[in-house]
Amino acid sequence: MVKLKINQKEYSVDASPDMPLLWAIRDVVGLTGTKFGCGMAQCGACTVHLDGEAVRSCVTLVSRAVGKEIVTIEGLSADPDNYLQKAWMELDVPQCGYCQSGQIMSAAVLLRENPNPTDEDIDSAMSGNICRCGTYPRIRKAIHLAAKMQREGGNGK
Amino acid sequence: MAQSTRNQFFNTKKAVYLLLAATAISSVVVSFRTDAFNGVPSERKTAVAETDVAEPDSVISKKAFLQAYKVLMHPRCMNCHPKGDRPLQGDDSHIHTMNVQRGTDGKGLYAMKCSNCHQPQNTPGLHMPPGNPNWHLPPADMKMVFQGKKPRELAMTLLNQNLNGHKDHQALIEHVSKDSLVGAGWDPAEGLAHLPMSRAEFVKHFKTWLDKGAYLPEK
Repeated sequence: MVKLKINQKEYSVDASPDMPLLWAIRDVVGLTGTKFGCGMAQCGACTVHLDGEAVRSCVTLVSRAVGKEIVTIEGLSADPDNYLQKAWMELDVPQCGYCQSGQIMSAAVLLRENPNPTDEDIDSAMSGNICRCGTYPRIRKAIHLAAKMQREGGNGK
Repeated sequence: MAQSTRNQFFNTKKAVYLLLAATAISSVVVSFRTDAFNGVPSERKTAVAETDVAEPDSVISKKAFLQAYKVLMHPRCMNCHPKGDRPLQGDDSHIHTMNVQRGTDGKGLYAMKCSNCHQPQNTPGLHMPPGNPNWHLPPADMKMVFQGKKPRELAMTLLNQNLNGHKDHQALIEHVSKDSLVGAGWDPAEGLAHLPMSRAEFVKHFKTWLDKGAYLPEK
């Protein structure tokens, strides 16, 4: 058994240390908001936060996550300071939606480190998250809107 | 009487031929003696012989750098020493996909930090991210560019303490000998080309280059 702290909660997980973290999160713990895309750190669908960084959980082993803070899209939703999902809904960003939890997890790191990003900053932060539906223009708008909401305490309109 | 004179003449002729043959054999034997210092004490012989074949330090130093250069410019090393702010990848040293950026500390930007994908170890499988606990590029204020540099220019960069992270010769040798991320070059991920020599050989050449005077190659 391995102890993992996910979204502020301790889990005893029946997983080997070399299991990909994504498997433990989805198949063992049952948090299915995080998606499997490519399995080789090339699409970003499986992005979660590990001690605040946007790691690709499909190639991150459980052993690397032991003793660290793991946050998934479910944990981010519970954060009252997170305006990303509000902005995403406001602008109807998703089409099929499969990549969007990964997109939002990456955008959260961007807004933490740069509360007022330019288009170029957004491109630098988000180029590792692929969207087959091509929702990139709406993702960019939503990040600007979330940044505005964050700066103005929730009133981004 | 005539018979006796003929025999005497024949014996004289035989003696002359024997003498000539002996002289010829002696000449051949002497001609095989190649030791020009026969009779000179052995220590002196060695010293003189070595002086004869030894190259000047400048030549040894430059030759050693040219060997080390093969490693420094190999994709396993050069890919993380690009001339721009984006790392290179693969055996063809193409620009890293996903618009990966150097960032201030060389460890990437925002959600695109190196260790978000590059694990402490190689991830098994073809086209998987290679790994190291400290995966990074040189920082923005000390880029240590290798890409595109000819031997002379790269040697100058490595020796310039304003460009090399303030490393003196000893620190440079320490870096190439012991740094874990330098060592990752000799542990490529699956499917990637291996460096052309062992780390020990590379360090030997690098050290010779510095120890013999850190001479700059001609070009």
